[in-house]
Amino acid sequence: MSSLIRVWNIPGGVHPPENKKQSLQLPLGEIPLPPVLVIPLNQHLGTPSQAVVQVGDNVLAGQLIGAADGTFSVNTHASTSGTVIAIEECAIPHPSGIAAESIVIQPDGLHAWIEKEECADFRALDRLDLLDKIRAAGIAGLGGAGFPTAVKLAPKSTQIIDTLILNGAECEPYITADDMLMQVRANELIAGTLLLSHILHYPEKLLIGVEDNKPKAIAALKMAIASASVTDPEAKKIQVVSFPTKYPSGGAKQIIQILTGRETPSGHHSADIGVICVNVATAVAAWRAVRYGEPMISRVTTIVGEALQTQRNIDVLFGTPISYVLEQHGFDKNRASRVVMGGPMMGFTLLDLDAPVIKTTNCILAPSKQELPAPPPAQACIRCGMCADVCPASLLPQQLFWYAQAEDFDRLEAHNLFDCIECGACSYVCPSTIPLVQYYRAAKGSIRQNELEKEKADRSRQRFEFRQARIAKEEAEKEAKRLLRQKAAEEAKQKLADKAASLSALPQVSQTVPDVVSAAVAKVSSVQVSTDEQKTKLERMVNAAKVTLEFSQKPLVPNKTNPVISEEQLVKQQVRIKQAELKLAEAEKKLADFIATQPVQNPTDAKPIEAAQATSVTPEIIVAAKTATAEVTATIEDPMAAAIARAKARKKAAAIPDKSDEEKRAEQIKALQSRLQKARERLAQAEAENDPNIEAFRLGITKLEERLNEIQNSIGLQTG
Amino acid sequence: MIDFILQNPILSALLALGGLSAAFGAILGFAAVKYKVEGDPLVERIDALLPQTQCGQCGHPGCKPYAQAIVNGEDINKCPPGGQATINALADLLDVPAPTLDTEHGEYSAVKKVAFIREDECIGCTKCIQACPTDAILGAAKQMHTVIIDECTGCDLCVEPCPVDCIDMVPLPTNIDSWKWALPATNQKPVFHVVANLIATDRRNTSDDKAA
Ligand code: SF4
Ligand code: SF4
Ligand code: SF4
Ligand code: SF4
Repeated sequence: MSSLIRVWNIPGGVHPPENKKQSLQLPLGEIPLPPVLVIPLNQHLGTPSQAVVQVGDNVLAGQLIGAADGTFSVNTHASTSGTVIAIEECAIPHPSGIAAESIVIQPDGLHAWIEKEECADFRALDRLDLLDKIRAAGIAGLGGAGFPTAVKLAPKSTQIIDTLILNGAECEPYITADDMLMQVRANELIAGTLLLSHILHYPEKLLIGVEDNKPKAIAALKMAIASASVTDPEAKKIQVVSFPTKYPSGGAKQIIQILTGRETPSGHHSADIGVICVNVATAVAAWRAVRYGEPMISRVTTIVGEALQTQRNIDVLFGTPISYVLEQHGFDKNRASRVVMGGPMMGFTLLDLDAPVIKTTNCILAPSKQELPAPPPAQACIRCGMCADVCPASLLPQQLFWYAQAEDFDRLEAHNLFDCIECGACSYVCPSTIPLVQYYRAAKGSIRQNELEKEKADRSRQRFEFRQARIAKEEAEKEAKRLLRQKAAEEAKQKLADKAASLSALPQVSQTVPDVVSAAVAKVSSVQVSTDEQKTKLERMVNAAKVTLEFSQKPLVPNKTNPVISEEQLVKQQVRIKQAELKLAEAEKKLADFIATQPVQNPTDAKPIEAAQATSVTPEIIVAAKTATAEVTATIEDPMAAAIARAKARKKAAAIPDKSDEEKRAEQIKALQSRLQKARERLAQAEAENDPNIEAFRLGITKLEERLNEIQNSIGLQTG
Repeated sequence: MIDFILQNPILSALLALGGLSAAFGAILGFAAVKYKVEGDPLVERIDALLPQTQCGQCGHPGCKPYAQAIVNGEDINKCPPGGQATINALADLLDVPAPTLDTEHGEYSAVKKVAFIREDECIGCTKCIQACPTDAILGAAKQMHTVIIDECTGCDLCVEPCPVDCIDMVPLPTNIDSWKWALPATNQKPVFHVVANLIATDRRNTSDDKAA
């Protein structure tokens, strides 16, 4: 059938020694349950899942223990039945060697399954239900990247998928896991292909791409297709395409180009050109998830290398410690040069052998020192151009290398660094043995980090500007209030002044009246400050006084406008004023009486009276408000000012002279000593609890000690 | 029209030129008004290069004021958090030679730090909140305070005001997400004049790595 399909060529590529025979001698094996399973919550690309079990819980095989956190995440399941004995940071297979949150399960040896929900006919189900099943089963790409499969199988509506490619190329040396899987699970793979085809609305072409160095797998697949076609005519559509072996034809973009001739544009997904490419093992896992309701809890992994007695493929549970797997295969520590997860081209050295097998572990390579010696030291680039010849992405590796060394990130991006699939073909051929890929990985990491930092800086800028704006707004509000108060005060002042002016305009006979009136008003208003009872009393008095005042004021208007004032009128007014005088005298007397009955309050009352008489209350408030505002501004600008001051102080390289007297110093020392004591206690406690912030505590103590010394020294200097 | 041009060639040429310059002048004038750039674009561009730690070590109350000061002719090497990379970028933008960092303002530290409040010692005085330039501290009066790590710029401004000294600057730990591959240890700066080791036969064990 392969003859029906044209096979295209990809640029570049290399032919490293295949080394695939070793692991294919024995049939697919299994190893006994390990004493403990360590299941990391992040075995895939994307957000780690969230633990949904607790320490001490009993779990069954296939039970959900970590729930996907968002769409771009994957469920995690218990690989066997047992007890959760810890949820903690454990070593995981990652090039950094950094530990990550994992669920540790002690198997009970029964391997009891949860109840599985089987489904005999997937075509009867809705596509979304099928995707939900695949998502629930925690399926991530088994080829190496660990891309969430349910996300991959749900292309955007604008992406019309006409080709589904099952990737069985497995081009990397040593690895035979997919080869073995295609041989022993060919039927399941065909069923899985039909399932994916159904989910993707039956793309025109269903292709299984296999390199021509796997004749057994190809034969098995063809047989499986023939037998499936008997019951399901759809299976006839599936074509097995074999193509010449060349590294790295198994890269997604590469196999798409080989089988369809289409190149995935830089920065695009394959779905944009109508192709979805799924690893063969992933398709089998998806099929099992739908057909048998089995979550993904194990995978086929190649265990290979001369440092092992047995080299073969095994079906291994996720979470099995790699050290246990190696032990089961007669690992000789002294012969091994290192242990690599993945193949010799794209894998990475494991820093901790207790790290577990995870969803992306396609191979564990334990080579002897002769097999994979430490790379010779790198030499200078001779610009031979061999790297550019072999690059499958048509990049210019030596240019990238140059720019990566110079950390010239703009140029790196301009030279499409992010199209590099890190296949290692360039490093492989480089006559100067320059670890090129490591430079690219470092540069990619730096660029990503810079982007994150840029994002963070932008956010900081926003927050800073927002804060400035907020402070400015608060200031403006305060200022407005202050102005309002000032205005009100001035108005009040004006009123009083007006009254005084109007009263003084009266004939000389009544000259004494304003004084008395204002005094009464002032006294009355000042006493208002005390209790309610007093207030009501005094309010009445004020009213009375006011009425009188107005009464005596009234004739004043015609007085001014009308220059002719008769004797009668004057006499009348004098009488009125006299009356007012009497009334006010009465009010005064009452007030005096009141004060006399409350002798204690006298002295306190006296002050407000003075203040009221001076009518300076409002200006005083204004002054107070002003100082308050100034204080607020000062506190806001304080830290920044302090920092600036610090910077300036550094510039002068002169410590701020401490002019406090001996007593103060002693006090300071005492306080510092007690603080130091406290800090030490805390450190001890932190050490006992293995607190992650021990360093901070230590730093705090040394800082305190320094300060203490400083002060003590300065005392010594002064006294000595 | 043609007659006029033929009879007064000089005058018509002058008229044509005058008309053209008037027309273009009008277009340019219109464009200057219509596409006027708000704010000072250079300040914005310099500000975009500064690290936004807002620490004040440069002697200005924040990065933007320093950007403004640079436009007004201040030295570009006063920002310790940005380090040499920022200075280089600024020098690039302003087309001036890149000086080295003026260490009088502080030292560059490659390790990013964030503030950490020892929460059980905090007395809830809110002093640190007032100090934080990016509102990265959360708390209320008499309540325990805590730092939002993601928003903390590591500016150090909250440490000094704390009356009980319960704020420390701790190095930001690397986790799986922030980890990145290091450049190979053998990182040789690009050297073009190296003559030694330039031919393949200079290498020992040439056959070894091919056998791998
Ligand atoms: S590692 Fe990158 S640059 Fe090197 S050959 Fe592969 S794709 Fe090209
Ligand atoms: S293969 Fe190596 S030596 Fe040759 S150009 Fe590329 S990086 Fe330089
Ligand atoms: S020293 Fe601090 S405030 Fe000044 S520019 Fe640099 S980060 Fe911004
Ligand atoms: S300054 Fe210190 S004591 Fe005050 S709220 Fe902040 S951390 Fe707590």
